Amino acid sequence: MKILVAVKRVIDPYVKVRVKSDRTGVETQNIKMSMNPFDEIAVEEALRLREKNIATEVVAVTIGNDASQETLRHALALGADRAILIKTEQSYCSLNIAKILHKMVEQEKPDLVLMGKQAIDGDNNQTPQMLAALLDWPQATFASQLLVNGKTIEVTREIDGGLETLAMDMPAIVSSDLRLNEPRYASLPNIMKAKRKPLDSIELTSLGLDLKEHIQVLEVSAPSSRSAGVKLSSVDELINKLKFEAKVLP
Amino acid sequence: MSTLVIVEHDNNSMNPVTRNLVTAALQIDKELVLLVCGHECQKVAEQAASIAGVHAVWLVDNVSLAHQMAENMSKLIVSLANSFKAVLAPASTFGKNILPRVAAKLDVAQVSDVIRIVDDCTFEHPIYAGNAIETVKLLDSIKIMTIRATAFDAVDNDQAPCCIERLDKTVEENPSRFIKHELSRSERPDLASAKIVVSGGRGLQSAEKFKLIEELADALGAAVGASRAAVDAGFVPNDYQVGQTGKVVAPTLYMAIGISGAVQHLAGMKDSKVIVAINKDEDAPIFQIADYGLVGDLFQIVPELTQKLRHSES
Repeated sequence: MKILVAVKRVIDPYVKVRVKSDRTGVETQNIKMSMNPFDEIAVEEALRLREKNIATEVVAVTIGNDASQETLRHALALGADRAILIKTEQSYCSLNIAKILHKMVEQEKPDLVLMGKQAIDGDNNQTPQMLAALLDWPQATFASQLLVNGKTIEVTREIDGGLETLAMDMPAIVSSDLRLNEPRYASLPNIMKAKRKPLDSIELTSLGLDLKEHIQVLEVSAPSSRSAGVKLSSVDELINKLKFEAKVLP
Repeated sequence: MSTLVIVEHDNNSMNPVTRNLVTAALQIDKELVLLVCGHECQKVAEQAASIAGVHAVWLVDNVSLAHQMAENMSKLIVSLANSFKAVLAPASTFGKNILPRVAAKLDVAQVSDVIRIVDDCTFEHPIYAGNAIETVKLLDSIKIMTIRATAFDAVDNDQAPCCIERLDKTVEENPSRFIKHELSRSERPDLASAKIVVSGGRGLQSAEKFKLIEELADALGAAVGASRAAVDAGFVPNDYQVGQTGKVVAPTLYMAIGISGAVQHLAGMKDSKVIVAINKDEDAPIFQIADYGLVGDLFQIVPELTQKLRHSES
């Protein structure tokens, strides 16, 4: 079977983001970028399925400008077979991203699409569900375990009260949670090899999509900040403060 | 045109966050309908009908909705959505699973995790793990959004129950099959809505020692939370996790014990009213946002605190 993995280039999770002074977004100039951590988990899961001889081909896809090639090369270095860049300078809302990926799914005809449950920049947690809706495929979101059994997958999902297990027929969409697996590191020989793996670049405009604007970002601001309070010296003092100063204990 | 709120429940009781969602929905339109979908869930509809401000409760009761899976839930909601100005669901795993599927079927955008309603098409929501707030304008005719319950007060008064209308809808068979639930049972208050939360991190060292956190929580009548490090180390199940990838809480009192305060964790608790940090590392980032900090060995401080709190209760 063939697996399509959607990946996104985002600000590295360990970078402290700064809001731009004109309030149009956050600073991305000269900032370290990485593959979205949830997507790395999706790639890892696809690779493990190929190593178990369940998957035959793993294709990584991303939407973005030329710099996003770096994210695809990383997916190739981890072990993806080939990669597709859908080139655009513009950024899109989740619905339009799902529409672009829908085109890719029609073109590539994968049995399974793996994606991260959310990107750590927009924190939307929407695209996998939206893609599943557009394709009318079943969805298994927030997956912490994925078992493939012939044409059926069994997925354990992380839900608020604990875990839930679902079974569904492929083709299907699975979005990965953090606990699905521990992603591997790309070794130097594999990074070298990745440079020779196929990476197709497609202009978004060539897909013939009519993407209308659904959301306007009016402003991005810094959250109200919290400042450090006081350090106390004893448990008695803490109980006293909580009771009589903060009044949060009876 | 009114607003529609999707009620989260377990067929038995309504999730109390519905009361927070009602507050949010009333800021968009004074007319409000709650939708209860499930199986043998009349009781839930009755609870929903009593919330002050609710105009009507629509009930769809069908065996194939017992587990409220995204595929048939979204089809059902889509078939009802056209007469509404906005459709709201909680930003819980329930709402996050279903609502984007609804939005895509309607060919409209969604805004996730709304923390403020500016007007009926303009909303604020956190991005980058809460390190920035984005104000967006939804341009589609139906506004679809998940609501961060902790950002809105709960409606705590009740009314004489409004009309419960049973909708006779055909519900398609679901392409996904439900296999099982493994729920963490707890007598303690629900983490997302608790007034006090006591959380432990890697500093607790083991599942055995994590019991210190549970004892302190019980002395305070609090819910128990954890950092990702504590979950990954196997001290507690993953649904205890507070943070960007776990639950977002905003209790009146949050106690972070043996938690350094990584960005990912702060995203889930920095809107708490009062934050207490207990940590042996006085440079831990958690102290930069804590109202009260105690630097020291948690294995001495926590039992002492538990004992003194128990003492003051009796």
